[in-house]
Amino acid sequence: MAVNNSATTTVQDAPRSALAVPASRDSKGLPHPNYLSDGGKGLWSWLTTVDHKRIGIMYLIVVMAMFFVGGIYALLIRAEHFAPGGQLMNADQYNQAFTMHGAIMTFLFIIPSIPAILGNFVLPLQIGAKDVAFPRLNLASWYVYMFGAAFAVYSLVTNAADTGWTFYTPYSTETGTAVISMTLGAFILGFSSIFTGINFIVTVHKLRAPGMTWFKMPLMVWALYATAIIQVLATPILGITLLLLILERVFGVGIFDPSMGGDPVLYQHFFWFYSHPAVYIMILPGMGIISDLIATFSHRKIFGYKFVAFSSLAIALVSFIVWGHHMFTSGQSEFAVMLFSFITFMVGIPSAIKVFNWTTTLYKGSISFSVPMLYALSFLFKFTIGGLTGIFLGALSVDIHLHDTYFIVAHFHYVMVGGTVMAFVGGLHYWWPKMFGRMYNRTAATIAWAFVFVGFNVTFFTQFILGSQGMPRRYWTFPEEFTRLHGFSSWGAMIMGVGFGLMAITLAWAAFRGRVVGSNPWGALTLEWTHATSPPEPHNFPATPDVAHGPYDYDKVIPRVDEPANAGVGHARPANA
Amino acid sequence: MADSVAPAATTEHAHSHPDYVQHHFHDATQQRESSKFGMWVFLVTEVLFFGGLFAAYAIYHTWHPETFHDAHKVLDWRLGMLNTFVLITSSLTFALSIRYLQVDKVKVALYNLIATFVLAGTFMVVKYFEYAHKFHLGQLPGKYYTYTGLEETVNPHVFFSIYFMMTGLHGLHVLIGMGVIVWLIVRTAKGHFHSQYYNPVEVSGLYWHLVDLIWIFLFPLLYLIA
Ligand code: HEM
Ligand SMILES: [Cu+2]
Repeated sequence: MAVNNSATTTVQDAPRSALAVPASRDSKGLPHPNYLSDGGKGLWSWLTTVDHKRIGIMYLIVVMAMFFVGGIYALLIRAEHFAPGGQLMNADQYNQAFTMHGAIMTFLFIIPSIPAILGNFVLPLQIGAKDVAFPRLNLASWYVYMFGAAFAVYSLVTNAADTGWTFYTPYSTETGTAVISMTLGAFILGFSSIFTGINFIVTVHKLRAPGMTWFKMPLMVWALYATAIIQVLATPILGITLLLLILERVFGVGIFDPSMGGDPVLYQHFFWFYSHPAVYIMILPGMGIISDLIATFSHRKIFGYKFVAFSSLAIALVSFIVWGHHMFTSGQSEFAVMLFSFITFMVGIPSAIKVFNWTTTLYKGSISFSVPMLYALSFLFKFTIGGLTGIFLGALSVDIHLHDTYFIVAHFHYVMVGGTVMAFVGGLHYWWPKMFGRMYNRTAATIAWAFVFVGFNVTFFTQFILGSQGMPRRYWTFPEEFTRLHGFSSWGAMIMGVGFGLMAITLAWAAFRGRVVGSNPWGALTLEWTHATSPPEPHNFPATPDVAHGPYDYDKVIPRVDEPANAGVGHARPANA
Repeated sequence: MADSVAPAATTEHAHSHPDYVQHHFHDATQQRESSKFGMWVFLVTEVLFFGGLFAAYAIYHTWHPETFHDAHKVLDWRLGMLNTFVLITSSLTFALSIRYLQVDKVKVALYNLIATFVLAGTFMVVKYFEYAHKFHLGQLPGKYYTYTGLEETVNPHVFFSIYFMMTGLHGLHVLIGMGVIVWLIVRTAKGHFHSQYYNPVEVSGLYWHLVDLIWIFLFPLLYLIA
């Protein structure tokens, strides 16, 4: 059962990686014991679990529900824009719709998505630990998330906030909509994010398996680690900012109110001091996934491992000093503006380093176009466009023209959806067989990918054009001449919606009914594939792994590809082929 | 497991865990270091959380230096001084309780924890009187400011906004700390802690010292800025 892999088979006498063989298999062909069926039974055992894998699955369920809600709002917004104002909603409702879309997608979906779902599931497995450092804190973070989500949903069902996800003062202190519950929700969600961050930092420092040195860690772990640093350093600032906003609204403390000696621009500084680093909370873990995917599916050692690892840290640090680029038009001093512009250009460098390293890894690799890899490649394509347009926006003269237009909307959707979300769903498709021990239908998953890819580019590339022609963002209506482009963008969104729907069905079906797979269907070399069964047992590994080789040593080690010997369902064939 | 059975694997269940070591830790040392490190990281978030307010303080102080100068005089520095003394003493008693646990003098440790709790309570009582006085006089934040007595000062409410936000957030931390101390007292009384295991006391102590430290900054910044 060799992998179709010329690069590794030329290595003479290469040792083979280990293989986790389940003690036995249950009637469905799944390993016994495994964390899904043997970590306790019933809903209560899930709600009280401290197993990082189960907590990951619990996050998966609620975060995806939020993604669904945010997605519905996105489709409503686009449906409204098939033609100038008044298709579905009035102007006030439109303001509420884009606020809910933005706030839900940012605070309830994208920030927790990769760290809390995939990070929780794979981080301990990838470093050979039995769990995260503080399992109860981990469970607490889930409940805190639910609590925060409850506030956000309260805002949504009562009188949804209409400020935009940025909650800019003075409007946010004056509008009659439910701003407090929304911001309080985001405030509480921040704690959930901090708990996860603390857990990951300590886990990476203290719980690595014997032999798992820092430079043997998979790049996913490095990325989660860098993300955790930002989560821990930036989120408290958001917390205090939102708290000040709430105090301003409730007690009129006057800190953001010029008539009382305060300053609304201070709010913007505080907000972006968090929210720019936060965009890296969103993208860094995605970059980690991409590193793992590119190496696995090129069957090749990642090019420039240390560069990729350290560029994550560089991004984490530089991200703290560029916030002013969101405020070029707010009347900062000319000196500040120049400085922020310059540093913004610098932040592009570590991102570009990564892109170059990934492309170089692909070069001469033996690439399998498995579904996760399709997402990884579309990440490369879209993230590059998103990052590059970020550099355009970092240039002062250009930004003055493009600020608050659809160009911005297109830029950040290229990085957040084209980047983070593609990495996230790529990661889901990659680790799905590890999470559930079952494989999805490849054809269906590929069709879903194609819909998402096409739909995404139709939606958002069009918005670059709209923006550069002067269409402002967050407007309910627009001049007739934009109707064609807006309509085009809206059709793209519908196509993307179909793609995500199909993806959800494919994955959900696979979790219950998919073909049973073995420990290492992709032929990867990281510990979760080589040393744990699919799904893993409740305490992860049969025995503490001893780490003999690096995570991507495809030049030294031949990965073992495993299919279950006596699986009741399906037939043995490398999923990779 | 074929060829993957590594030396590390054989030691897996060779050692037995004492019941205070959670299953996913290798041994008590790893657990202790992890929890301490985790607390340090948490304290960093706390510093940044307060940092936002300190930044606001710095900015408004720069913009309205006279306001701060005039308005701070209505605070009673003697009460602030008293509270500083109370909190520093409580930090000492907390540290002592850890020390006594390390040498298995559980009883004395317990007394020190109780003393810490009483001191923290004293701090809150003093704070209560300070607040009550200001409520009475209308020295309140923002739009609730009704005090007459600082007529010459521009925007005096800004100072009280900052004062109440900073001391309020700090007071909240003291209250949370008191809750934690009660929990520690109960567990110490039940004999859960001893020289081999006192992590919760130790990491809570770190938290308490930070709360103390923040007050040590707040006191001069608010009461003594003349
Ligand atoms: C190469 C790196 C990047 C550069 C140089 C860059 C630059 C910029 C600039 C200058 C703006 C402000 C434009 C304006 O409002 O006039 C902006 C907006 C934005 N960027 Fe980026 N960006 C980069 C990467 C990212 C990434 C990775 C993300 C998220 C994953 C992101 C998310 C956003 C968001 C959400 C906004 C708009 C926020 C709002 O006003 O609602 N950016 N970017
Ligand atoms: Cu930014």
